[in-house]
Amino acid sequence: MKQIGIALLSGALFGAGLTYSGMTDPAKVRGFLDVFGAWNPALIFVMGGAMLPMLLAWRLQPRLNAPLASERFSLPGARRIDGKLLGGAVLFGIGWGVAGLCPGPGLTDLALAPRRAATFVLAMLAGMALFRFTSRQIIPQAAKMLGTDEG
Amino acid sequence: MPESWFHALVGGFMIGGAAALMLLGLGRIAGVSGMSARAAGLAETGPPPGLALGFIMGLPLGAWLVARAMGGVALRFPPSAAALVVAGLLVGFGTRLGSGCTSGHGVCGMSRFSSRSIVATLVFMASGIATVAIMNLAGLS
Repeated sequence: MKQIGIALLSGALFGAGLTYSGMTDPAKVRGFLDVFGAWNPALIFVMGGAMLPMLLAWRLQPRLNAPLASERFSLPGARRIDGKLLGGAVLFGIGWGVAGLCPGPGLTDLALAPRRAATFVLAMLAGMALFRFTSRQIIPQAAKMLGTDEG
Repeated sequence: MPESWFHALVGGFMIGGAAALMLLGLGRIAGVSGMSARAAGLAETGPPPGLALGFIMGLPLGAWLVARAMGGVALRFPPSAAALVVAGLLVGFGTRLGSGCTSGHGVCGMSRFSSRSIVATLVFMASGIATVAIMNLAGLS
């Protein structure tokens, strides 16, 4: 229960920050991606601001035996840069460019523009479901063909 | 945009603080795509679903509070629902295939100096920039 409370607090602070920064506005995000047009650099400042607490947090993390409110750290350990990582990033980037929305602002906007945000979020969940459905069949075969099979 | 860089920096600091709370408090990456998949029962591994759902529900809650305090925020969505659907499908599939999005790879992974996350972030930014440029050339945006 305490863990769910901390997760809710983290999510609320995240959503508050996205809203305060202006990154909940899809046109502003597309403006950042529009480097050959009317470029809006705001997202660089958002990323820079977010780096400060996280650089500190990553310095503190190895000194803790366990997280403050959990038994152990569960952090990603993958190191390989493979076709899945690159292909996924390319597809995600296309979707990000089409609407100016990534998962965080999409979910955050449910409070601000419910109907349009819900259209995006439902499609996003469908995309995730499609990945889950295909990942056991199609992707291992494609990876084998491309020589990027992780086994 | 006289003050918007300040809002961007402070808002970013809050986002980083939220991710630091998740990391040091619960020992996990505040990756929104992974958390959403887990909360929706679409991922086999990840945090306990209740925890993921708590984080995801917090996002609109925090937005609602800040929007109220600021007297409303302007949102400019693409006009067509079809664009939102196509974008959502690509974002959902792509973030799962690539194991993360702007929060997981961009905020959490880059600050950890993870080479996977730095490469992923550069690739999705380049891909997004190319997409917007092509859409502009084609008169689609």
